[in-house]
Amino acid sequence: MSGFGRMTGKTIKLRAQHLDSIAKHGEATYPYECCGILFGRLINGEKVLEELYPVENAKKQVAQQKRFLIRPEQLKEGERNAQEKRLEVLGFYHSHPEAEARPSAFDLEHAWPFYSYIIVSVKGRQAGELTSWRMADDRARFDPEQIISLD
Amino acid sequence: MAVKVLLPTALRYLADSQSEVQLPGASVREVLGALVGAYPELRRHLYNGEGELRNFVNVYVNDEDVRYLQEEKTPVESGDILSVVPSIAGGNPVDSETLAAGVELSPEEIKRYSRHIIMPEVGMEGQKKLKAASILLVGTGGLGSPLGLYLAAAGVGRLGLVDFDVVDYSNLQRQIIHSTKDVGRSKLQSAQEKIRALNPYVELDTYETALRAENAMEIIKQYDLVIDGTDNFQTRYLVNDACVLLDKPNVYGSIFRFEGQASVFYARLGPCYRCLYPEPPPPGLVPSCAEGGVLGILPGVIGVIQATEAVKFILGRGRSLIGRLLLYDALEMKFRELKLRKNPACPLCGEKPSIRALIDYDQFCGISPQPTVSPATADPFDITPEQLKARLDRGEELTIVDVREPHEYQINQLPNSILIPLGQVASRLNELNPEEEIVVHCKMGGRGAKAVDLMRKAGFSKVKNLKGGIDLWAQKVDPSMPRY
Repeated sequence: MSGFGRMTGKTIKLRAQHLDSIAKHGEATYPYECCGILFGRLINGEKVLEELYPVENAKKQVAQQKRFLIRPEQLKEGERNAQEKRLEVLGFYHSHPEAEARPSAFDLEHAWPFYSYIIVSVKGRQAGELTSWRMADDRARFDPEQIISLD
Repeated sequence: MAVKVLLPTALRYLADSQSEVQLPGASVREVLGALVGAYPELRRHLYNGEGELRNFVNVYVNDEDVRYLQEEKTPVESGDILSVVPSIAGGNPVDSETLAAGVELSPEEIKRYSRHIIMPEVGMEGQKKLKAASILLVGTGGLGSPLGLYLAAAGVGRLGLVDFDVVDYSNLQRQIIHSTKDVGRSKLQSAQEKIRALNPYVELDTYETALRAENAMEIIKQYDLVIDGTDNFQTRYLVNDACVLLDKPNVYGSIFRFEGQASVFYARLGPCYRCLYPEPPPPGLVPSCAEGGVLGILPGVIGVIQATEAVKFILGRGRSLIGRLLLYDALEMKFRELKLRKNPACPLCGEKPSIRALIDYDQFCGISPQPTVSPATADPFDITPEQLKARLDRGEELTIVDVREPHEYQINQLPNSILIPLGQVASRLNELNPEEEIVVHCKMGGRGAKAVDLMRKAGFSKVKNLKGGIDLWAQKVDPSMPRY
């Protein structure tokens, strides 16, 4: 756990297959939002994504189009799951159907520090831009997080 | 005394990289206070500017959500485990904050709402949120009257009104949005007129229709919040289901005689109406206000509580009735409160929902459409008010039995009738002669039919029920008779 204190890097390392899976999830749930949890490790303070944990969006039908929600029970289960695999919860991903891959004011209001927020824009059932964000510690804004491909 | 606090990954790097810390305290509030005391960087992520826990911060004591215990006052003991668990939300760039940011208040509006605006809990920001908000009121009757007036006065930007009824004389005892001159007019027109006179800045949408499974989703989805002011189970379940499916908060209120209830159902954060009542009561078991009566002031109290919850919700202030059922007893003048839990097995908002679209609510509530009876197939055990009048005018000797309650008998009676309330008919048959012709009546005909059925089975062969009860008699035969 020693990596946490020294963590300064604003990067997340992942594989092309992860990006592909997030895009496919967003396309499958279109026009509704998809969401999931990012499992991985902190290696020398850098986030390395190992696994995606898709979650059923707790918001229903029409509302899903605008919002996503991962309930605390779902996250607790996800955390247990990560622990068994000796992984950490590094953040979350969700889709923005018919909108840009930019965090909204709502995203910021509800964000937690440290976590990566990966957003994929899905327009006309076609996944497009994919970005990752991390909230500044003073809650004032989201900073872009660099996505580094390990492939 | 030390309590173990488990932190989510997101907060560990602000707490010396620890996943758990031991802290002193006798309540959740004290332990969390010790936590942010030891690690001040955590404060802004756990608490908002007003020092309240942020609504996406969930606290569990030994796996029990403190919302269902005593919230931050929940006591803790040495050895308890307190977990801080995030709920994660986000979404497209359209939300009430952004909407409110584009709203302006004119100098007239600022003056009108000044008693709101000078309170720090509302301020300009809160008043703009109210103006940016939209609320759907289902029903403009007893609850809808104070709701419509107060929400309009408070400056809610857009109100939708749903009603299909006309104002009746018997509404005026409680439905204060309507006046004596409005009797016979459409309730929507009458309500619209009063609201416009009170606050011309409010945008009004009117739906002159019953809310039904066919139109509910289309109507409700246009509003931020829904308030159910109706008095029947079909609409109550319909509004609940549509609100859960559309992720809308539903401010609930109900009234009966001297008692009322209120709560806020919002499946995202708490239980829905189906978590509380999975099934409707059998039809007829719970009397409506038309059957059982209601204190005229009662919908004022409950409607104003609903309006308060709606305004608090929009402002994002205070503690809402989500997860709490408020009970009010006007005779005792007491409020009580019950904790409501989300039912994990709820077919609508539970873990494995089986209801994913609206259903047939008449069928669900056991209500079949009224069959239309043609004269040719009229019940042979019925007698119409006109037929009864003609026979009495001819001087025929008929025994008339009134099966209503004594307080109803005080309002109006048929000449020479005997009062035997329905509940006593079986035990008092010896007072009647089975050979005689008997006409039974109640208010509308329902209880009369039950009494006739019971008497026929007991061997009374010449008994008939007055069709439409004394109410139809008053309309058809004796317009001077008071109706209720």
